[in-house]
Amino acid sequence: MIKALPHPKWKDPRVRTRKPSMPPGNRSREAQGLLSMAARGRFALQVCSNCGAVQYPPRQLCGKCLSEELSWQDVSNKGTLLAETTLQHSNDIYFRDRLPWKLGIVVADVGPSMVVHLSSDCKQGDKVRLALSIDAAGNAVVTARPEKPTSNEKDDLQLREMEFDPKHRRPLIVDGKTEMGLELTKAFLSAGARHVFVGYAKPWYESQYLEEIKKLDKVSVYPLDVTDTDSVEELVSMIGDKVEIMVNNSYHLRPGGLIDRFDINTAHDEMEIHYYGLMRLAGCFGPVMRAMGADGHHSATAWLNIFSAYAWINNPAVGTYSASQAAALSLSQCLRAELTPGGVRVVNTFIGPIEDEWHQLAPPPKLLPATIAPRIVSGLSKGIEDIPIGAVAEEIIERLSENPKEIERTIKL
Amino acid sequence: MVKKRQDYQGVVVCAPVTIPYSRYSIKSAHWFCGKALAELITSSGLSKSDVDGYCISSFTLSPDTAVGLMQYLGVTPRWLDHIPMGGASGAVALRRAARAIQCGDAEIIACIGGDTNHVDTFRETIATFSQFANDAVYPYGSGGPNSSFAFLTDYYMKQFGTKREDFGKMCVDQRTNALPIPFAMMKKPLTIEQYLNARVIAEPLRLFDCVMPCAGADAFLVMTEDKAKSLGLSYAKILATIERHNAFPDDPVQIRGGWAVDIDDFYNQAGIGPKDIDLMQAYDDYPIICFMQLEDLGFCEKGEAGRFVQSHDLTTGGDFPFNTSGGQLSTGQAGAAGGYIGIVETIRQLTDQTIGNTVENAQHGLVSCFGMINYDRGICTSAAIFSRSTA
Repeated sequence: MIKALPHPKWKDPRVRTRKPSMPPGNRSREAQGLLSMAARGRFALQVCSNCGAVQYPPRQLCGKCLSEELSWQDVSNKGTLLAETTLQHSNDIYFRDRLPWKLGIVVADVGPSMVVHLSSDCKQGDKVRLALSIDAAGNAVVTARPEKPTSNEKDDLQLREMEFDPKHRRPLIVDGKTEMGLELTKAFLSAGARHVFVGYAKPWYESQYLEEIKKLDKVSVYPLDVTDTDSVEELVSMIGDKVEIMVNNSYHLRPGGLIDRFDINTAHDEMEIHYYGLMRLAGCFGPVMRAMGADGHHSATAWLNIFSAYAWINNPAVGTYSASQAAALSLSQCLRAELTPGGVRVVNTFIGPIEDEWHQLAPPPKLLPATIAPRIVSGLSKGIEDIPIGAVAEEIIERLSENPKEIERTIKL
Repeated sequence: MVKKRQDYQGVVVCAPVTIPYSRYSIKSAHWFCGKALAELITSSGLSKSDVDGYCISSFTLSPDTAVGLMQYLGVTPRWLDHIPMGGASGAVALRRAARAIQCGDAEIIACIGGDTNHVDTFRETIATFSQFANDAVYPYGSGGPNSSFAFLTDYYMKQFGTKREDFGKMCVDQRTNALPIPFAMMKKPLTIEQYLNARVIAEPLRLFDCVMPCAGADAFLVMTEDKAKSLGLSYAKILATIERHNAFPDDPVQIRGGWAVDIDDFYNQAGIGPKDIDLMQAYDDYPIICFMQLEDLGFCEKGEAGRFVQSHDLTTGGDFPFNTSGGQLSTGQAGAAGGYIGIVETIRQLTDQTIGNTVENAQHGLVSCFGMINYDRGICTSAAIFSRSTA
């Protein structure tokens, strides 16, 4: 059985911090199809529309009937472990640093045999639960765990490399003055975070949420204004090397469109917080996190952005807000490329309208921060890269993939 | 009614050549292949222009193929084939060349498998081995063939109750065969205790289960029997050949190879059976694949190879001489030359030109080849049976 992950030791400053390295990242175009499924936490494989064969590894034609009518479909994630090995030798630096490394061949119930990263709780002949995960190089890989969840299964050191479990890690929640900030703090604490750093800005107004945060154990609060480079620099100099999960929940919504509310100042504030704010945070904290991405089992691991689902498609009722979210989303893709060599992965969550004063006129359904914060943390701990939260976000994804022009004309969510 | 395959009457193999193996080399694959050609013509009294056909196998000629090598070596053949089938290349090159000779498309064909091994060659070769390997194997621990053969070995052992001692018996006997070979990587005798207690590489594989990559080349000539006689060369006859690719794709883990598909065709063409074989060279980068060859080529039932090797003496003086030059496990794996080593050693045994120990009175030799772990299993299999010229 997997042992519970021990509490992190005090970091000995005399010991060299392990430099990040990446597992092999060379993938074919067709194999990248796995990534788009893994990014959403789906277990989907190529299925032939002509003969029904499920195939793996991915190809551009069906390996059975040569049809090119292949689609990615969710399939059973069950399989049987047929063969296993534990590597004590590897040809790649990333794995050499992490030996021994356990692998298996699983025959999936849907047909194909798959080479997998294997949980140490699996034995030959066992039924197993397959998943598509994303490795430290940002590529999709197949993992297998026992069919039934086991205690401490998230503490498997090998599979922890492909997830962002907050256990024993220290997140920085950028904005503690919102209800979302409070609920995220609580969710991280209940997911086993070692300590939670919480930022707060705008000293001219009080926040009941920040007051509640201050009463929690294992939490410390710091002034942090993402519109002020000096403020971000000051915080990074204090806790930069301790932040293992960045939670960018910067939020500034003022309803209104472009002509209907022609207000450069409001639009400027939104960009200042969402776009330049992300840039300041990333410019200051990013290099430190990237350098600490291979620092043991509690290394810096993820950069979580909490975006609106309107980052994908402009909602004219909140037109300039949508635009600033889209800008931030684009910048996050740049950040993802730049953090990957450090083994730190960018995770974006996309939420629909929430129950707060700024969404007063938005029609329901609206999301409660207390409901969605645990779902965000749970998605993070599974290693999912794009986490849509709520019916509105789910619907936008579906309609965008079906007909982007339709949703552009008719979005009324 | 399947059309009967034509035999190889009148076509022979001769001039067994090995460019001595070295663990690492700063020379190129072109150099190893070129040295092999030089040795082929010197040892057979030919000039370079007498060789009018080539079969080339190499992993490390890149960016060249056999084409670039022709200009590099300054030759002008009228027949050229590049056989990129790794360990299965030897017998495949043989059967391509034999037909070309038979049909008169070429008169003398040099079959050459050669590779270099720079310090980083092996890692780079396995890191870019195939699309499926890039997509679905190498990112999983980057063990290379060690991890693939660990799976096959683990599965086989659990299916049939085979013990590590069984694989060890084979490795120890092969080492005995390798001791008189001057260029073998492994120079000391191997005990079963050393085998069993060696460093773990990828469970259940330990150090002496794994072939050592090295640089080198193996080569031979194919020509008509009349030509060989006129040149005064000792030769062996070709009785049968087979090849098969991607056999049994629905087996969830590889437990047999393409030989099992073609075994009847093989022995029918040869006109002899497994009992008539006096010596066998099997592809042996890892012991498990030898076990599959013994079974799939009819020397014992599936799952019985462990008992087979325990009840036979595999040394050159034994009752089942097997990998009589020590095989790759003891002499090293010189890249694609590993696909040719078995043919070269068999020609030596059947023409009394051995470097190591000679199998007394050998009339028939079987060579079996295996190559290219593309995703989770080896794709290419081939085999050939040779006889002494007087048999």
